[in-house]
Amino acid sequence: MNTPAYNKPLPAPDPDSAPFWEGTRAHELRLQRCDDCGTHRYPAGPHCPSCRSTRATWIKSSGRGKVYSWIVVVHPVPKEVYHQDVPYAVALIDLAEGVRIASNIVGCDPRAITADMPVEVVFDAVTADVTLPKFKPA
Amino acid sequence: MWKLRDKYSISGIGQTAFTKASGRTVLDLASEACKAAAEDAGMALDEIDGIISFHFNDSIPAMAVASNLGIPAVMHAVDYTAGGNGANLIMLAATAAIEAGLARNVLCYRAMNGRSGFRLGGGREFSAQGITQYTAPFGWITYPQAMAMWVRRHIVKYGTTAEQLGQVAITFRENAGRNEAAMQRAPITMDDYLASRMIVEPFRMLDICLESDGACAVLITGKDRARDLRQKPVYITGGAYGGGPSQGDDLFDAIRWPDHSQNYAAYIADDLWGSAGLKPEDVDVAEIYDCFTYSVLMQLEGLGFCRPGEGGPFVQEGHLARNGRLPTNTHGGLLSEAYIHGTNHVLEAVRQLRGTAGARQIADAEIALTTAGAMTCGSAMLLRN
Ligand SMILES: [Zn+2]
Repeated sequence: MNTPAYNKPLPAPDPDSAPFWEGTRAHELRLQRCDDCGTHRYPAGPHCPSCRSTRATWIKSSGRGKVYSWIVVVHPVPKEVYHQDVPYAVALIDLAEGVRIASNIVGCDPRAITADMPVEVVFDAVTADVTLPKFKPA
Repeated sequence: MWKLRDKYSISGIGQTAFTKASGRTVLDLASEACKAAAEDAGMALDEIDGIISFHFNDSIPAMAVASNLGIPAVMHAVDYTAGGNGANLIMLAATAAIEAGLARNVLCYRAMNGRSGFRLGGGREFSAQGITQYTAPFGWITYPQAMAMWVRRHIVKYGTTAEQLGQVAITFRENAGRNEAAMQRAPITMDDYLASRMIVEPFRMLDICLESDGACAVLITGKDRARDLRQKPVYITGGAYGGGPSQGDDLFDAIRWPDHSQNYAAYIADDLWGSAGLKPEDVDVAEIYDCFTYSVLMQLEGLGFCRPGEGGPFVQEGHLARNGRLPTNTHGGLLSEAYIHGTNHVLEAVRQLRGTAGARQIADAEIALTTAGAMTCGSAMLLRN
């Protein structure tokens, strides 16, 4: 049976972000850690916003964090793309490493999400090339 | 800090009709509003030498308006890439340009077919490049979806209620009933608000502003020139633009913003009041950027009209009503008059200070606040007559 082609926005990796998306394909949530001051950063970028260093190492995140804020999308935009997904939850998650990441909360009723709810990363291979990091209640 | 207190005046205002389908080009709308602003001031278009606009590639460049209106010597035709943060910013930029000698008389406008053409609320580019690769793949695409993340933090931190948000929408709709130019004038009740359909929780339809085709323009001149013109001058007495740390890589991105329960307003308050030598109690009428109900609460708190977290109760106590302590969005705002990206707020403030606001005039208004912005960056002005 044919599955319909994936029609949602896909990340376009660039020289800054490519290691992140290579990581998710390998089921690792990778973050840059500054070689000079030790601060983690996300989204990926060429400079450490804390000390402006360009030296950084990609580390594997614990994948654990807690919900900082969240929304529940009820009205799908565009309708033809998301009509089967609503209601779905998008959240900002504070990772244990001290950075915040935007993602989906899966594996629970979107209306059951609460502030500070512990979550952990799961990996969703949406196409052969792209795996998205999502989060489920921990 | 902006240092040009009372040196410049908004000397003319102009606008088109606000509609859902103009059937006209954006160039036509922009030119009509600009020409009307010059005529309102009684200034010949030949005397205009600066034009400034802001947009998201959803409009036409300032130089196009200058060419279309046959303005002979344009020294300063400039476009800012900006959204809700831009409406007061371009007017402050006009004062800076004149002060620096780059121009003498400057038109500032915003023009768009925001309903029949490119709809800002309908989502951004679908390819997830740059910062968008960290948001759009998760179905986080539209501005209502972006801003719902902010109001959620206000609810979590302060217990802000649906009824408090609803009171913002109800109050501005009541004001729009007195404004013949407003797109939505039929009164709404709290039951109507609570029954309006959920779009993206915690937002209902009535938390979200209109989409409009139209244009607004102002003419900014030096104070001496203003006194020779047709209208009572409205002086720019204070102004500020800015935001906090980690403003993001574009206007959607606020992933690194430190605290989503407060927005840009908290960061520009000291500059704004300091530039004018005024304080919140001095404001007679306020036109506050209301792309969503919540943004009003965060600006009231950030600018010091109430303490952080008290925006909800402040609104519920009726202070924004026309007979309240701080009559706000007397034209109906973005929620009920039209979405001209905050420039329509400036036009309303000018009418209030001229005393020409008709059925919606606030008696003896002398000081007006205008703001523009909802998230990490924004602009504001204090105007006086
Ligand atoms: Zn560093």
